Amino acid sequence: MALLEIKNLHAQIEDNQILRGLDLVVNPGEVHAIMGPNGSGKSTLSYVLAGKPDYEVTAGEALLDGQNLLEMDPDARAAAGLFLAFQYPIEIPGVATMTFLRTAINAQRKARGEAELSTPDFLRLVKEKAGDLGITQDMLRRGVNVGFSGGEKKRNEILQMTLLQPKLCILDETDSGLDIDALKVVSEGVNALRAPDRGMVVITHYQRLLNHIVPDVVHVMNKGRIVRSGGKELALELEASGYAGYSQDAA
Amino acid sequence: MPAVQETVERVRSIDVDQYKYGFVTDIESEKAPKGLSEDTVRYISAKKNEPEWMLEWRLDAYRRWLTMEEPTWARVSYPKIDFQDYYYYSQPKSTPGPQSLDDIDPEILATYEKLGIPLREREILLGIQNPTSRVAVDAVFDSVSVATTFKAELAKAGVIFCSISEAIREHPDLVRQYLGSVVPVSDNFYATLNTAVFSDGSFVYIPKGVRCPMELSTYFRINERNTGQFERTLIIADEGAYVSYLEGCTAPQRDENQLHAAVVELVALKDAEIKYSTVQNWYPGDKDGKGGIYNFVTKRGDCRGDNSKISWTQVETGSAITWKYPSCILRGDGSQGEFYSIAISNGYQQVDSGTKMIHLGKNTSSRIISKGIAAGRSENTYRGQVTAHRRATNARNFTNCDSLLIGDRCGAHTVPYIEAKNSSAVFEHEATTSKISEDQMFYCLQRGLTQEEAVALIVNGFVKDVLQQLPMEFAVEAQKLISVSLEGSVG
Amino acid sequence: MNVQPQPIRTAAEQALLALLERRLAGPAVDGPLAGRIGELRRAAHAAFAANGLPHRRVEEWKYTDLRGFLREAAPAATALGISDGASAPSAVAFPGARRILFVDGQLSPAGSDLADLEPGLTVVPLAQAMAVGRGTVEKFGTLAPQRYDGVLALNTAFFGDGLVIQIADGAKIERPLHVAHLVTHDHPVATYTRRLVEVGEGAAFTLVESFEGRSGVPYQVNDALELFVGDTGHMDYVRLQDDSETALHLSTVMVDIGRDAKFHAFGLTTGAIASRVSLYGRFSGTHSHAGIRGVTLLKDRQHADVTLLLDHAVAHCESRELFKTVLFDETRGVFQGKIVVRPDAQKTDGRMMSQALLIGETAEMDNKPELEIFADDVQCGHGATAGALDEDLLFYLKARGLPAKEAEALLIQAFVGEALEFVEEEGLREALIARAERWLNARTG
Repeated sequence: MALLEIKNLHAQIEDNQILRGLDLVVNPGEVHAIMGPNGSGKSTLSYVLAGKPDYEVTAGEALLDGQNLLEMDPDARAAAGLFLAFQYPIEIPGVATMTFLRTAINAQRKARGEAELSTPDFLRLVKEKAGDLGITQDMLRRGVNVGFSGGEKKRNEILQMTLLQPKLCILDETDSGLDIDALKVVSEGVNALRAPDRGMVVITHYQRLLNHIVPDVVHVMNKGRIVRSGGKELALELEASGYAGYSQDAA
Repeated sequence: MPAVQETVERVRSIDVDQYKYGFVTDIESEKAPKGLSEDTVRYISAKKNEPEWMLEWRLDAYRRWLTMEEPTWARVSYPKIDFQDYYYYSQPKSTPGPQSLDDIDPEILATYEKLGIPLREREILLGIQNPTSRVAVDAVFDSVSVATTFKAELAKAGVIFCSISEAIREHPDLVRQYLGSVVPVSDNFYATLNTAVFSDGSFVYIPKGVRCPMELSTYFRINERNTGQFERTLIIADEGAYVSYLEGCTAPQRDENQLHAAVVELVALKDAEIKYSTVQNWYPGDKDGKGGIYNFVTKRGDCRGDNSKISWTQVETGSAITWKYPSCILRGDGSQGEFYSIAISNGYQQVDSGTKMIHLGKNTSSRIISKGIAAGRSENTYRGQVTAHRRATNARNFTNCDSLLIGDRCGAHTVPYIEAKNSSAVFEHEATTSKISEDQMFYCLQRGLTQEEAVALIVNGFVKDVLQQLPMEFAVEAQKLISVSLEGSVG
Repeated sequence: MNVQPQPIRTAAEQALLALLERRLAGPAVDGPLAGRIGELRRAAHAAFAANGLPHRRVEEWKYTDLRGFLREAAPAATALGISDGASAPSAVAFPGARRILFVDGQLSPAGSDLADLEPGLTVVPLAQAMAVGRGTVEKFGTLAPQRYDGVLALNTAFFGDGLVIQIADGAKIERPLHVAHLVTHDHPVATYTRRLVEVGEGAAFTLVESFEGRSGVPYQVNDALELFVGDTGHMDYVRLQDDSETALHLSTVMVDIGRDAKFHAFGLTTGAIASRVSLYGRFSGTHSHAGIRGVTLLKDRQHADVTLLLDHAVAHCESRELFKTVLFDETRGVFQGKIVVRPDAQKTDGRMMSQALLIGETAEMDNKPELEIFADDVQCGHGATAGALDEDLLFYLKARGLPAKEAEALLIQAFVGEALEFVEEEGLREALIARAERWLNARTG
């Protein structure tokens, strides 16, 4: 069974139709890249899958492991194994990152009927994973994303992903605002999570990220639909020729 | 954070109403005749075996009160109070005053245990490994103090911690010198009423140079029906002394509105410091706004000596109506005042609370951090005053007032008065009002937190600056209380 | 009716009441509005008889006790006729602006340029507009706040001359219109002037007003202005209050802002021994913007009060307020600002700031910024600061060779400049900056 199956998905925000019949199938173990010009609906897709309130689905369906995602609340989707690495991670003043991580992990475990993580286990786990990503103890004590640089925020997203062990990871423009060193750290973190039972959807505007996170399938999105799919060489082709042709095609 | 989850579970486990202290203790009590008159005042004074000067003071207050009018400037509304419809004195029949624990009615001991307030020193000592976190408790049940713990140990340090009734008998000189010296007899309608009829409360005296060896605490419980509670607290920190004092309060769930009009006076002499923390959790009324405590409280601290410091921290989650402005008079040169507040209103609660920082001395400074959270159909007002008088050169104030609205049927209001009468004063004030950010909510939900957990987490982050000011044990309790108070605010 | 106990009145209140009664018995407004205006005047009289002058126990007047500031009830200037102008001062002129002059509360045709008005701009004397009784003038009094305002009540009861200005739909009037008020009498008089301005749909208009008068004369100004900014309209309002150092200046500005509209106001206050401006603003259409700013410069024993109430009655509006007060000597400045957000006014964005520089040792600043919020999806904030000049900055400038006085002047100019720069029309902005600089140089130099 496909891990993620999207059929004829239509969605709008405040009467603006953004997704216009999108189809996508991601099997376990696969990494899919979605590329496309600005405004093609890439971020909207990630928000619609995660259940952001402002977006209205007008037609189509999206299944995660056969479960209808669109009928679930955002927290239920997370517990079901969907993780969105935000393009612009949100700051939550006063809530220590450590507290947030722990609350999130235990909320999901509880929703799945699992026992909570003991404090020593949790601390050990966070210490190890945070170290890999170059996240300091000081950052963990600070408010969630408060005073973090762009790169630190993205690393924090990957840390959460690592700790929550989702089935499906959606990375929304994770490369934006990263210098080359940070890009490497983040990519290594993501690659470490590649697994036979896990799928990934990597949304990006540039081919650069895909040198580090090598996709199995590359899709081009335009005007709210997938207009072309291919292997990783498609990304290189796009890098050379740009998106100009796609904008004209659709016009 | 464990507290968040624990809290949410606790909330879920509560049946209809979220107020978990609403039980009634079944006990026989002895009451003054209903209503208020000179006879009531004499009755109370006689019950307390008070000296003549005390009775005279009370009667003077009563006569002044008759000429005063209820203040109407606060942003709260309630039906006119019939002051003749209350009992002004109620004491458990079996327990006329503080005594050995063995003599206390077991029902009362059980009540405090149920509230999580241990009164048996031995049990406290057995249960706690770290002796520095011991807390001495004065337990006030309706109109009387029923027990004060750790008195002997405190006495060794020279600290006096007892009920105010006992202090009036045992330490009349101290009481006469300081009682009413911060909140004068005719200060305001409710303070004057309190002066006439106050029944009990706590008295603390920390001698020169003494750092009080443990936290002191008073736990107030209103049990009796139609009973007003009028407690009076007086804390004196002599030169160079330090004390941290905690106050907690609860009341049973009752359909009628109960009246609570307390007066708290703090005096800090030269180089002394008083830290006063309150977790106020009086019964707030039911979900339709029926019942609940009217909490009309006058709290004021006088930084009388140079370089003294008074710090108020309050977590206000209870009461149908809160009318409360813990204030500092910064009289001594170099003295400091602080006010840290979390005020949460839900259901039909009305809160009008804030502070006054009156800068009189040179080089005085004050700091105000206020976090208001309005949910349900409640009204939440911050009202504050900062004044630097002519003499108060180099006065400094920083004020930060933030309000958070949860739901579109509540109101949050900010009314600051900022008066600089001295050119060397530097006052900074900032205030914001907003709702919980949708982006923050979505971020939390995406990570798997439920709506309730997300709100609890974000609100706890919002109030963190104030929670940090509370002693550790109180901070955890307060954190839970905040989430409980917001139960049902999202849907 | 219940028998009310007779309130204790000050001598000025009693005299004002007597004058009011005489005014009511005097000639009424002609034309179709006679009935309504008569009604408004009687109501104003009754309200004043019941409440009198606002005093410190009235919350909105806590810091400005008019019973103290208004001790003599001056006769209305209109009753005395135009004074001999031989030694009278002249009114300020703003380059490029069309000027209309009011002398002692009455329109001065000789001093006013009413020829060749731009297409779409109509300017009519109030009495004439009342006689016709149609159009903008029908809105007279409709913006008055619900709560009793004693100063506005006096204006409504006594008002004499004034103007009705109308900008036709879509008309963009580029040339600022300047209404200058000048008091020339050599003995105490009171002026009660009133104007209505309606900016039509999609229209644009800049109104400048100035208030000046004869030095040494304790005259009283009581002015009221009603502004209506139509949907998608744009209005700039600039006022200069430079009344004489002995005058009492009281103004009420009321504005209603339609949908997708812009309203900008700026006030420079340097005059009068005591002054109060009450600004009542109301958003009645969504997606509009209001920017209200002011600079107040005070010396000697001046008292100046700016009080504003901004009513976000509808959703999606934005407001910005910035007020700067510089206090020398024994002056007292008051800022009271209240942002109200009503239950349906979601997505309101309101920010208010009041900053004061206390220079005089016994100067006093009272700030009362208020938020009253009944909608949850809002972003509102206010700030208030009061303090002396930054010692570090002063030292830095002195270390660079500036004499103390110059360093002080430079810092004060920078302080007030942050508000002055919001005056949109360049000519006006430069004129006001120059005025503020002259004032500061005269004071600090």
